[in-house]
Amino acid sequence: MKLLRAILLRLATMSVTLIGAAVVVFFVIRIVPGNPIAMMLPPGASEDDIARLTAHYGLDKSIFEQFVIWLGGVFQGDFGTSISLRQPVMPLVLGRLPATMELAIFALVIAVVIGGAMALTGVRYRATRTETAIDVANGVGLSIPDFLWALILIVLFGVLMPVFHISGRISPSLDLPFVTQFYVFESIARLRFDLWWDLLKHMFMPALALAIPLAAIISQLLKQSLKETMHLDYVTLSRTKGYGENHVIVSEALPNAVLPTLTLIGVQFTFLIGGTVIIERLFSYEGLGNMAIDAVINRDLPLIQGIVIVFALLFTVINLIVDMTYALLNPRLRHA
Amino acid sequence: MSAFLTVDNLSASIRGNIRQRVLRSVSFSIDTGEVLGLVGESGAGKSMIGKAILGILPSAVEVVEGEIQLDGHNLMAMKQADRRRLIGATAALIPQDPLTALNPSRRIEPQITNRLVDILGWSKRDARLRALELLDEVHIDNPERVMGSYPHELSGGMRQRVLIASAFAANPKLVVADEPTTALDVTVQKQILRLIRELQTRHETAMVFVTHDLGVVSKVCQRLSVLYGGMVVESSDVPAFFGGPGHAYSRALLAATPKYTDPEASLLPVDEAVIAQVSGEVLAADEGWRHGA
Repeated sequence: MKLLRAILLRLATMSVTLIGAAVVVFFVIRIVPGNPIAMMLPPGASEDDIARLTAHYGLDKSIFEQFVIWLGGVFQGDFGTSISLRQPVMPLVLGRLPATMELAIFALVIAVVIGGAMALTGVRYRATRTETAIDVANGVGLSIPDFLWALILIVLFGVLMPVFHISGRISPSLDLPFVTQFYVFESIARLRFDLWWDLLKHMFMPALALAIPLAAIISQLLKQSLKETMHLDYVTLSRTKGYGENHVIVSEALPNAVLPTLTLIGVQFTFLIGGTVIIERLFSYEGLGNMAIDAVINRDLPLIQGIVIVFALLFTVINLIVDMTYALLNPRLRHA
Repeated sequence: MSAFLTVDNLSASIRGNIRQRVLRSVSFSIDTGEVLGLVGESGAGKSMIGKAILGILPSAVEVVEGEIQLDGHNLMAMKQADRRRLIGATAALIPQDPLTALNPSRRIEPQITNRLVDILGWSKRDARLRALELLDEVHIDNPERVMGSYPHELSGGMRQRVLIASAFAANPKLVVADEPTTALDVTVQKQILRLIRELQTRHETAMVFVTHDLGVVSKVCQRLSVLYGGMVVESSDVPAFFGGPGHAYSRALLAATPKYTDPEASLLPVDEAVIAQVSGEVLAADEGWRHGA
């Protein structure tokens, strides 16, 4: 009963967030100068042509009328038609979303593995040169933004030592048997590890560029929480029980120290998804972010709206997952 | 036969500053089944001795001299991992604050049984039965329910009972009780003290009982050592001590013990002349130690 109420409340706040996002994106992109119709017609088009095309896309109506028409469509699952690509928005967006999600999840996995390993190593060898080295690495990771890491990686592993692909999602010469857009998952499901490997070689650098700053944040915060936890009485008590230091860190300190980091990962993961917009562009990766930049350049209003709504939905779902994980790991929150 | 635990000439200093001692050539020994009280004001080093024995000194403090013999093993000569295993198998700690000494994210059962299973190699089933038996011994009414609880679901007194059960679970031959009742409600203190004494007698455990409360010492301990500035000022049998302490500082400490019948007269600060005398002895000990070093 309590759980049901919590879920309903959660769904209600999520819908409010999404409607808010819809309102903001709709009106803000209309404040920005630029006319999609002007982008579509050749120079020297007649007044008549302009008027006809404007009416065709409903842009002659008042902005509030346009909003009501658009929102009415959204509730029926119709996000309108892309002006530049001349196709319905939703299939376009959903076709690109899996590519971005795979990239973001891969980046998150890299960040958690690297950041977690660095934090644990730093605590195991605290107050030694190893910890200092990790602190320095954290500082470097944090002070260079993801798009700059992307350029550094392209130079290192794309040009000087060309071990990874620097452009695209998969080699264009390959025959693709995929029926979904989740190429990485599907290649594993089909046991096509040749394709999987090719995908990985394309994804690795953009994912690493996105992961490095997040790994540094995770490493820094988790190490700090762990160090504080290592002084607590229950950790000391477990030492007197005969456990070695590795066990004490992983089994006693980590489950409690990880909670603040988990919240942080949730927040930072949404930033990471925001970062995919630039990173996908740099690596010509065919994801939603790359499509978003094209849409903005073309003033493709319906497409921008569709992409932003999908991003907003993604963010609220991620926050929900984080909160659920938090409750699962922290027994004190379970009954609340 | 030699004593079960011998601490011989033990000195500990702030790391990197050997002259700054927190323990000053401390020596004592305890036989099986015997309870030794370590008494002193805050900062006298009484808890530090317990921590040194169990190998859980804070990282800023290190042992610089002396030996600790536990059950015939020289702890100072052992590797850290071996030493921890020996401590885990033969000794146990009853911590000061039951509110912080249990891991908040784990149920009670594994917190009692983990030593039995992981260090001593018991089966999970045997360890569980043992834990239930122990919870019954510490007079917890519904052991099954408590085993499945999280620490935040239990009161302070209950948690201290759980910690006592956990300490005695592996039949330790030595228990270090570090002010086990200080953080508890006065009404619960007495029950917990009786409980510790009960289990100590039944299991014939040697015990180091750290406290600032001479009243507690008179009820629980057979012998005591009074500490000041990390130095043993006086060691004595309990009856003899309460009959008339030998050292001026001990007398002052005893006189400062609050008595409910006469709170005005008994709540006295330790006399300045006595502090000067005992501080002088500490300094003199440091002089001698420096010449030796």
